[in-house]
Amino acid sequence: MAGTKTTTGAPTEVTQKHNKGGIGESTLRPDGTLKVTGEFAYSSDMWHEDMLWGQTLRSTVAHAEIVSIDTVEALKTPGVYAVLTYDDLPAEMKNYGLEIQDTPVLAHGKVRHHGEPVALVAADHPETARRAAAKIVVEYKELPLITDEASATAPDAVLVHEGRDDHHIGHVPHPNIVHRQPIVRGNAEEAAKKADFIVKGEYTFGMQDQAFLGPESGLAVPSEDGGVELYVATQWLHSDLDQIAPVLGLPKDKVRMTLSGVGGAFGGREDISMQIHACLLALRTGKPVKIVYNRFESFFGHVHRHPAKLYYEHGATKDGKLTHMKCKIVLDGGAYASASPAVVGNASSLSVGPYVIEDVDIEAIALYSNNPPCGAMRGFGAVQACFAYEAQMDKLADKVGMDRVEFRQLNAMSQGTLLPTGQSVDSPAPVAEILRRVKARPMPPERQWESSEGADVRALPGGLSNTTHGEGVVRGVGYAVGIKNVGFSEGFDDYSTAKVRMEVINGEPVATVHTAMAEVGQGGITVHAQIARTELGVQQVTIHPADTQVGSAGSTSASRQTYVTGGAVKNSCELVREKVLEIGRRKFGSYHPAWATAELVLEGGKVLTDGGEALADLAELLDGESVEVEAEWRHRPTVAFDLKTGQGNGHVQYSFAAHRAVVEVDTELGLVKVIELATAQDVGKALNPLSVVGQIQGGTTQGLGVAVMEEIIVDPKTAKVRNPSFTDYLIPTILDTPTIPVDVLELADPNAPYGLRGMGEAPTLSSTPAVLAAIRNATGLELNRTPVRPEHLTGT
Amino acid sequence: MRVNFTVNGRQQEADDVWEGESLLYVLRERMGLPGSKNACEQGECGSCTVRLDGVPVCSCLVAAGQVQDREVVTVEGLADYAKHRDDAHPGGACGSVCGGTSLQEARQWQAKGTDGQTGEGGELSSIQQAFIDAGAVQCGFCTPGLLVAADELLERNASPSDADIREALSGNLCRCTGYEKILDAVRLAAARQEETV
Repeated sequence: MAGTKTTTGAPTEVTQKHNKGGIGESTLRPDGTLKVTGEFAYSSDMWHEDMLWGQTLRSTVAHAEIVSIDTVEALKTPGVYAVLTYDDLPAEMKNYGLEIQDTPVLAHGKVRHHGEPVALVAADHPETARRAAAKIVVEYKELPLITDEASATAPDAVLVHEGRDDHHIGHVPHPNIVHRQPIVRGNAEEAAKKADFIVKGEYTFGMQDQAFLGPESGLAVPSEDGGVELYVATQWLHSDLDQIAPVLGLPKDKVRMTLSGVGGAFGGREDISMQIHACLLALRTGKPVKIVYNRFESFFGHVHRHPAKLYYEHGATKDGKLTHMKCKIVLDGGAYASASPAVVGNASSLSVGPYVIEDVDIEAIALYSNNPPCGAMRGFGAVQACFAYEAQMDKLADKVGMDRVEFRQLNAMSQGTLLPTGQSVDSPAPVAEILRRVKARPMPPERQWESSEGADVRALPGGLSNTTHGEGVVRGVGYAVGIKNVGFSEGFDDYSTAKVRMEVINGEPVATVHTAMAEVGQGGITVHAQIARTELGVQQVTIHPADTQVGSAGSTSASRQTYVTGGAVKNSCELVREKVLEIGRRKFGSYHPAWATAELVLEGGKVLTDGGEALADLAELLDGESVEVEAEWRHRPTVAFDLKTGQGNGHVQYSFAAHRAVVEVDTELGLVKVIELATAQDVGKALNPLSVVGQIQGGTTQGLGVAVMEEIIVDPKTAKVRNPSFTDYLIPTILDTPTIPVDVLELADPNAPYGLRGMGEAPTLSSTPAVLAAIRNATGLELNRTPVRPEHLTGT
Repeated sequence: MRVNFTVNGRQQEADDVWEGESLLYVLRERMGLPGSKNACEQGECGSCTVRLDGVPVCSCLVAAGQVQDREVVTVEGLADYAKHRDDAHPGGACGSVCGGTSLQEARQWQAKGTDGQTGEGGELSSIQQAFIDAGAVQCGFCTPGLLVAADELLERNASPSDADIREALSGNLCRCTGYEKILDAVRLAAARQEETV
């Protein structure tokens, strides 16, 4: 296969091309030096003279009427400047939300989940603010809890949101269901008759947290015109702005937002957290207000990955061909809608995975409940489905009596395959190939922990806790593959904007790229500079800070930013190039006929003919003039899925990743050590190979986390979160994370800029089922739940 | 209360410190040194790791009063700290003798003329440069703590095995990278140190 690259984990050398530092090279991060010296300003590092600290008071119960709120004692606390409740909200609009405006800025009348914001305090020291908040007395009258599908859809169920009037209410079977998407294609009942083997499975996916390290935080500064400036970590400045301005009662141009340093996101910053609260306190007190959540509050301050129940049935003939699939996916969206409708769309449309199945009967729903709100997290609905369909593939392969990888390859989709929505996958879909690659990789040596002197306990399950010296440790191997859509689907106007300027500074041609793209660590700013160098032939590129003074870039999510904002930067650069050449023709056109006749390119700071003849220096050409273009860019349009049949060209592009997991399990103690998680992924075109590999390894690790340790535990009796801390919510450490060799394929998508494929999410999909499959392989247990805990392995 | 201590070789005095304030809070909010990060503030993530008299600690778990008359090195002072160590003991590893900064060194300390936009102009320690070169920095929030911990590891052990690196960095969470490139960075820094011996 052409155009492929293998990375073994060694640091990649920067290669030299004509436009040094252009696309395809592993150029280094422009913010790297600031980040290693501690000078990079994250949102929690913001500081302003005379600033106050904001604190949120949160609900201690999950579902209750608010009988009264007494703020008298809090207000009397020395150092306190303001205490705000629902009654203090300044505008008619008191709710916000990504798609459905159902989330109160501060609880009014009732609370719907544990940790819901009830009141705000501003004080001169964070501890003063905390103590004052603790003095606010809220009287609650508890209400019955909705915690699962049965309690949500019972005929006499209490409604989480009474009087819903959103656009989904007309097609859902119960008001406690946010959205429902059925997909029917072919005839699953009939096709099932052709099956020689049928397997059914019921799977449970736990609630995962994004657990980005930089806490929700930011600084709101009141401005002289009655507006406010907000410096904040977010994934989408303009979406925040659309939600913030109406509840502040301000026109959008009086809310000026600037991205401050973002310490990771993974979907958890798509929703508003402290943005509105800080602005309210700043506008009330007339002083700058900073809010920084601690880790405890962070677990309540953002939405999580939807926990899910998945019911699957697959059939296959005795020669291994899939006959049909039926599934029902129940996602718990918690108290507020957030991104639940879109998660339902993804979970349903990607529920068959990267396989050819013509006859399907699919239903996905998201519940309203009194559990913590759930929304976007890396993989967005496709993750839960992948966990289930990959377990089904193993079960079915075993029934048929085929090798598990061969069974997948036999049924793998390829270019031209139709999704259950009837949409054709019209770019390369190397599903069988990426499986082949992870399978062909040499296995890590057996019993690496063993040496002539005994066992190195550090490499054993349980590690330094010295729980085993190898007795009862068995190895298992598992495979999985997944498909993820790229970009926003179902008819969303998923555009981005970029402003590019070219001018001469100190005798050098310099390009400035200004977008509102949130750099959350993914490396978008690195790639934007690479694109500008490639398109404009300059060395120096300045990346302007992201703010709302330029048009929307859309969200840094759904693997879309390099595709869409990268596309916008490329587009704007092309328009700048045209203008630069016009200037060239005007100034120098009479000196050389090539100005009028040849294809001209910008390279190495010069205007060249396609034959390589230099016509002008850019520095000379642009002397005294600057060229600036702000332009939007859109990918191919999509349409909404039909609400009854699920048919429609709803997606833009797909990405594919496969994993092979090798684990060692101490079957006596129920401890798991993942030895290796080999990955292969098609990225279309690696604009920055170093960043691509980093993203794949990071995504893989988040999938590993949910396989063996990560889960927000919600008490089913009280709907309260039991583990909101890094002591009790575990994310993988460097000791839990294995070697992650990465195999990057570059099969260009003809419809995408440079042929690239959005790639940030796909590695999170298949990592989890691969680890589960490996643990099943080691233990022989069925394991239909993730994360796997020791008690599941030891039967205790 | 008033706390007197040394930060990155400079004598510092913090006034009106609450009894409950952590070293992390004093560094970030009173000293204007926000490089040490506040990801969990309960000693679980390592993002606030600093050296206290040479020993890596989570500054969120150290009460500010405990640092009276002691020496703290944060990520902001890491390059300078590493340079002094290397000047005194070329080649890196030097055991326990190079913990802390002497009064003489402290007097020689001065702010670097770094470019506010790019950080260029300041000299980086080998571990800082290796983190950039290996792609070990993504969102970067874990980076300051990891750098302090990794630098201390390389001071003790000039050529650590992978198991040594994993053990030394196991108290520092990273959510972005999957740790592979962090391992690469530490290996790279160790290799470069060996070359210079």
